[in-house]
Amino acid sequence: MKLDLLHMKFILGIICLMGIQMGMAHTWTVCTTCENSSIKEAIQQAAPLDTILVQKGTYLEFEILVDKPLLIKGIDYPIVDGEKKGEIFRIQSDGVTLDGLFIINVGVSYTKDNAAIRVVQSKNFIIQNMVLEQLFFGIYLEKSSHGKVYHNRIIGDAVDEYNSGNGIQLWYSSDVEVRKNHVQGTRDGIYLEFSDQIIITDNVSMDNLRYGLHFMFSNNDVYSNNTFENNGAGVAVMFSKFITMKNNIFRKNWGTAAYGMLLKEINDAEIVGNTFEENTIGINIEGSNRIDYTDNDFIGNGWAIRVLGACYTNSFKGNNFLYNSFDISYNSKLNDNVFEGNFWSSYTGYDLDRNGIGDVPYRPVKLFSYVVNRTPETIVLLRSLFMDIIDFSERVSPVFTPDNLQDAQPLMKIRP
Amino acid sequence: MMKILKYSFYDLIRSRWSYVYFLFYLTLGFVLLFLNNDVSKAVITLMNVIIVLIPLIGTIFGVMYYYNSREFTELLLAQPIKRSSIFMGQYFGVAGSLTLSLVLGLGIPFGLYGLLRSNAIFDFSLLLVTGAFLTFIFVGLSFVIAIANENKIKGFGYAVLLWLFLAVVYDGLFLMSLIVFEEYPLDTFSLVATMLNPIDLSRILILLKLDISALLGYTGAIFKKFFGTDLGFLVSMAILFLWTVLPILGLRHKARRKDF
Amino acid sequence: MTIEINNLYKKFGKNQVLKGVDLTIGKGHIYAVLGPNGSGKTTLIKSILGMVIPDKGDISILEKSIKKDWRYRKQINYLPQIANFPPNIKVKELLHMIKDLRNSPSEEETLIALFGLEPFLSKKLSTLSGGTKQKVNIVLTFMFDSPLIILDEPTTGLDPKALICLKGLIQNEKAKGKTILITSHIMQFVEEMADEVLYLLEGEIYFKGTIRQLMEQTGQHDFEHAIAALTTTESHDENS
Repeated sequence: MKLDLLHMKFILGIICLMGIQMGMAHTWTVCTTCENSSIKEAIQQAAPLDTILVQKGTYLEFEILVDKPLLIKGIDYPIVDGEKKGEIFRIQSDGVTLDGLFIINVGVSYTKDNAAIRVVQSKNFIIQNMVLEQLFFGIYLEKSSHGKVYHNRIIGDAVDEYNSGNGIQLWYSSDVEVRKNHVQGTRDGIYLEFSDQIIITDNVSMDNLRYGLHFMFSNNDVYSNNTFENNGAGVAVMFSKFITMKNNIFRKNWGTAAYGMLLKEINDAEIVGNTFEENTIGINIEGSNRIDYTDNDFIGNGWAIRVLGACYTNSFKGNNFLYNSFDISYNSKLNDNVFEGNFWSSYTGYDLDRNGIGDVPYRPVKLFSYVVNRTPETIVLLRSLFMDIIDFSERVSPVFTPDNLQDAQPLMKIRP
Repeated sequence: MMKILKYSFYDLIRSRWSYVYFLFYLTLGFVLLFLNNDVSKAVITLMNVIIVLIPLIGTIFGVMYYYNSREFTELLLAQPIKRSSIFMGQYFGVAGSLTLSLVLGLGIPFGLYGLLRSNAIFDFSLLLVTGAFLTFIFVGLSFVIAIANENKIKGFGYAVLLWLFLAVVYDGLFLMSLIVFEEYPLDTFSLVATMLNPIDLSRILILLKLDISALLGYTGAIFKKFFGTDLGFLVSMAILFLWTVLPILGLRHKARRKDF
Repeated sequence: MTIEINNLYKKFGKNQVLKGVDLTIGKGHIYAVLGPNGSGKTTLIKSILGMVIPDKGDISILEKSIKKDWRYRKQINYLPQIANFPPNIKVKELLHMIKDLRNSPSEEETLIALFGLEPFLSKKLSTLSGGTKQKVNIVLTFMFDSPLIILDEPTTGLDPKALICLKGLIQNEKAKGKTILITSHIMQFVEEMADEVLYLLEGEIYFKGTIRQLMEQTGQHDFEHAIAALTTTESHDENS
């Protein structure tokens, strides 16, 4: 008997599956004047794998629970208005797709992280073509995996850090692709915590209060071809391993405590082909080891690279350092990092054998940057003759800065 | 006074050194703008030139002119001309011709360039204004030193020492005191110390306008808060003006009592 | 009185140069201001010109005190000892400039012709020889019509011909009733020109009178010796 029951369930499952394949899935339409004028009710009525089409209109709904695999698709961007009452969509099932909705007015709470869309312990989800405005948290992935967050537009109007949320947040999630999203005006544009194997590409994250992108305890992630512009503090990558950062643009993170990228306790990462332009600090590095910085462009930053604390076995090769006020800043006398074959715009050496490599090593650390690290107020002497003189003497015979910190093979011409 | 000014000015305008000075700025301007194509970098280089070279040249030129024209000054003193007019006239003649060299030397290349791109015009005029101020200040100081010292070598030495002090040593002392007292809040101190030295004041004014102020961190934020406002700008202009007026008053005072 | 000096004191550092000079100078004479080096001749002249500011005492020129005034210098033509002009301007321009500064009528053409300066008019002052510069200097001094003329070593660098011209000029001015003050080391020139001699020693007027009076007082028959005698008697006095 027991065996039979199992058998029956199996056969029923097969029939179900066949049903889908034979086009038995139902399509429900929701519109303001229809029989179904509520998305919530439509979801309750729908069977797994059904499609719900939401017609153009305004739907005053919140705490919409999606607990079965459904495709919920908006036609001409219907507005789902949460009236600031709480969370709006909560996905608690595998295989859910949200597409083309315009979600506004997420409830702000000091005790709950209300999101426009929250995905909880689910797999194979797709969230795409959404527009989120007037939000607290935008898209919140909680213990979810194998999903896609694609081509969404998240426009916040955050003013203070304490009562604003993040645009896209991943918490204990893995194997998610975040692609072609535009996030602005939130606290952190994209935030990852304990999330591994995440791919973040082609996003634009700008004008956020704190970080454009924020990594915490997340390993084996890749982010590439993103643009991070004018964020309060830039991009922060902290306490993570095996991160690959490629071809991103970090621009105009300009302010007294802003940087293009902050690396803190990062090991074994690859930073390749990125552009750091007009940031107060291009990369701020603290306690990060075994990182390869290759083929990046540092243009017009205050500090191109600022190294704080112990950083070992990093290599800087083939980068362009163009017109930064300070190329490299160190606060210790120790150096275990390699600088080789970079182009430095302030290099004044010569190349007698014409092999494209300067014959005199370049020393990228100025004494002034060392002094500034020690007493920040001394920065008021920036570009004074006195500082130029002591910088020069330090360059000739290093006393305070690590004397092995030099690029022995500086390029004569800019790397194209 | 205007007559003396006119003659000193004409005399200087025709001297070799004015041409050298003018051509130097002209070349510098052209080289920076047309070979570099990076306006902001050009402005930064210019700033370095302005805060170092202008005071030095003003000082040397002022002392040199004063000593070289001493006999002529005596000739003038026997003429029915007010004493202070003679020195004021010479002072404005020297400072005016140097300023003219600066303004034309840099103005021509930037003017030509500005036809193509004119958004940096305000920063540039700020450069010229501070440059003019520094010229007047340092020519004035050098005149005071020269009039107080009959001995050419001494006068020259003191003038160069003064330049060295304001351009280099002052910042060294400033740096030392910042490091020694790093435990204490130093914002007001740095602000005041900057204001007291015309070279530092000009440097900070230009830096803040160049929008590299964010580099200055927290201290910079305080500076920006002060200098960035119209009031702060007016105050710093007033201080530069004061720095210009003080040597002039000193010069008048010395001139009135001096025996020739 | 053209010049009236009362109790004039001047000290340079520790050096008391003038020690109570009292002097009146009348109209229409040529006065030679003589004295050994450092006796205060130049200081006295410069005090009259307002170039040196006395510590104590009064100077009146044409009955007016000169303190804190500069307009009185319009009444004075001064020939400075070393003529060093702005190097970059031409003779013509210098003449024009001084005329412009004084804003008085002038008659430079005859003077220029007298000293044969026409070929130099368009030359820069820095290219002129010392003698030519002195000629320019003389032209500058005599081209204005002022009641008081002060000449500090006027003969420096002059060739004999120019010297004769200069003497003529001085006599000419005297004839016009002007007061002329001369300092010179050339005793022959002084003897020839001066009506009265002022002998300064140690910051005081040691002798004032005509050349004849001087010779009588010293018992010498030769002017040069008479001057020398003045000094030696003084030094005898000092030693005794």
